[in-house]
Amino acid sequence: MDVEFLSRLQFAFTISFHYIYPPLSIGIGIILVIMEGMYLKTGNKLYESMTKFWVKIFALTFALGVATGIVMEFEFGTNWATYSRFVGDVFGSALAAEGIFAFFLESGFLAILVFGWDRVSPKMHFISTILVAFGAHLSALWIIIANSWQQTPAGFKIVGEGLAARAEINDFWAMVFNPSSIDRFTHSIGGAWIAGSFLVISVSAYYLLKNKHIEFAIQSMKIGFIVALVASLLQLATGHSSAAGVAKNQPAKLAAFEGHYETQPADLYLFGWVDDSSQKVYGVKLPGMLSWLVYFDSKKPVIGLNEFAVENRPPVNFVFQTYHLMVALGMAFIAMSILGIYLLYKNKTYNKLWIKVSIVSVILPQIANQLGWFSAEVGRQPWIVYNYLKTKDALSKTVGSSEVLFSLILFTLIYLLLFVLFLFLLDRKIKHGPETYSSDMKLNLSPIKTSN
Amino acid sequence: MFGLDLNLTWFVLVGVLLTGYAILDGFDLGVGAIHLFVKEDFDRRIMLNSIGPVWDGNEVWLVTGGGALFAAFPDVYASTLSGMYIAIMLVLFMIIFRAVAIEFRSKEESTLWRKSWDYAFSVSSILIALIFGIAIGNIINGLPVGPDKEIHISFFELLNPYSILVGITTVALFMMHGSIYAVMKTDGNLQNTIRSWVNNTIIFFVITYVTTTMATLIYIPRMIEPFKEHPVFFLVAILNMLAVANIPREMHLRNEFRAFLSSSASVALLMALFAIGLFPNLVPSTILNEYSLTIYKHASSQQTLNIMFIMALFGMPFVIAYTSSVYWVYRGKVQKDKLIY
Repeated sequence: MDVEFLSRLQFAFTISFHYIYPPLSIGIGIILVIMEGMYLKTGNKLYESMTKFWVKIFALTFALGVATGIVMEFEFGTNWATYSRFVGDVFGSALAAEGIFAFFLESGFLAILVFGWDRVSPKMHFISTILVAFGAHLSALWIIIANSWQQTPAGFKIVGEGLAARAEINDFWAMVFNPSSIDRFTHSIGGAWIAGSFLVISVSAYYLLKNKHIEFAIQSMKIGFIVALVASLLQLATGHSSAAGVAKNQPAKLAAFEGHYETQPADLYLFGWVDDSSQKVYGVKLPGMLSWLVYFDSKKPVIGLNEFAVENRPPVNFVFQTYHLMVALGMAFIAMSILGIYLLYKNKTYNKLWIKVSIVSVILPQIANQLGWFSAEVGRQPWIVYNYLKTKDALSKTVGSSEVLFSLILFTLIYLLLFVLFLFLLDRKIKHGPETYSSDMKLNLSPIKTSN
Repeated sequence: MFGLDLNLTWFVLVGVLLTGYAILDGFDLGVGAIHLFVKEDFDRRIMLNSIGPVWDGNEVWLVTGGGALFAAFPDVYASTLSGMYIAIMLVLFMIIFRAVAIEFRSKEESTLWRKSWDYAFSVSSILIALIFGIAIGNIINGLPVGPDKEIHISFFELLNPYSILVGITTVALFMMHGSIYAVMKTDGNLQNTIRSWVNNTIIFFVITYVTTTMATLIYIPRMIEPFKEHPVFFLVAILNMLAVANIPREMHLRNEFRAFLSSSASVALLMALFAIGLFPNLVPSTILNEYSLTIYKHASSQQTLNIMFIMALFGMPFVIAYTSSVYWVYRGKVQKDKLIY
């Protein structure tokens, strides 16, 4: 196996594994702000119990996000040294901003959020919750800015030639607001909110199934479904805007999403299978719909894959499938949220089938998030920095395939351990359940004195 | 901005971040390094809980230091991380393994379970310190940086005697630093036991430190040049000795917090000595001096350094405020009725 394949496999594996956790933290973070805000507003102990329970789950996802995130940062240097040299001047400032502005904020106040209940006043605790959630979003913002710059580079000039060429920043704000930053940030955040809310929904449904913590579960579920509905509707808008941006800035990627070869008015497939050799798509399509979605004109031509040399195209059927599955799941989230809210409103949530569906549904946003990133990153291939640097030219020159194989095997083992740990602790916390509460008890808002 | 030498500024700032890491993660790695000497299960839990709310946040200094190195000196980041591939990977695995051990350890009652994770926690803490020390040793020693800026060296070549010596010194330093921290956070019998170890850790550190210094004087005269040229830098070395010497004094007077400040100061001053000896190189080349990776030839553009400097100017006061407020909230002894690990 060659070093390029192994390095890509390792990066894909480590980033996919990492990407289970930060979206959960971001999603649960926003839900915690809602829950604790309700607690401070109403003084209802139920909300306190909800907040305290979800803080524990949040802490778990956060810890795993940190542990797997450290790996990501150093992997740029270990496996993609040439890429690091090329992008350092541009990418570096975004990464440094993430560290200075976001990481310290999150990790600092996390200690108060998780362990500080009796050490600070309720208001101070709520402020910590808000700051941690804000920090989580901020760190997503900076890392997605950096990643978006790889997709749609802007605000830089190329210095040096050939293998010594590197990108140098000449307009910081153009780099920050590169053409895809905002769309991709909002779309990823929407995905994160859905991931967090469906975890809340799933755990609540589990309690309903077990006939435990009923009031707690119903109330959590309400918040979960409302966040899920808002987020999944938001995804329609950000998804559309992202796709329109891809059409404009990365036409080869959009063409691959729909298996669109000739430059002509383009169809939108609901599902299908692309045969790359015959350039045919077998499936169910809405004629002219892609042109209409991109240009609001079903007759307008969309650039096809044949405009690009074969070696400059991404793997077509792969991204076609990941993209379509992601979109289908996105639609399913809207349907499920509406149904969920309707059933809660009608007091019909206690349907065993529905409860079971709700429990299992936690896996769906995870799949959708992974598929979304596969579409975005594999769709960018063969480029690592779109139109400027190819993935195969971005590797470390001093690292051989045996070394990468060694690290890949160890990553597989240790991440397996990490995943077992995650499920073990998650299961334990869920089985343990929320602390007992009495809903008619009112909260005394006077600050509790910090003991030494 | 302000006619500053931005390259020098970033050399200092990366140094500050990595020093922050060495001081903060240094004590929690040190607590890990002495963990197995504590025998009782409950006492071991106290040890873990003494670093409980802060160890995760301490690692952020490494992440940000790494990010700053990437941003300010991309070639150095790329060459060292890819050149020391296996060593870096081992550190990453140990960091994850250690986090797993901390989280898992107290979740089951079984003695075998807890003992295994205790070993995992302690060994990974020691290995992280050791490998970081070995990396520093190799940088002081110089690495075979070629004309293409790449470092061609095998993992086993990194394990040369001088670098291993620096590695052991690092372990000793963190053991001393960590045991002082543990004394500060504990009380009763456990505190007395750990207090009785502090002198031994100081002796262990001083022996390794003196040996390293002699080896550096003899084998790596390049590190000494800046001190000959600017004798004022000897003050740093003297301050460092005073800081170390002050530790047993403060311990004797039962001023654990001041002793901890002293050992933090000695960590910082050691990093300063390392930086002074290195300047203006970041990685000296053993092949040809011209190939050395320096802060002037291998930095990002002035524009980037400037942008990041403005960020640091805005951001660092907040960073210091968050860090100090967390440590303020968690000041005092570990509360025995509220063990989280």
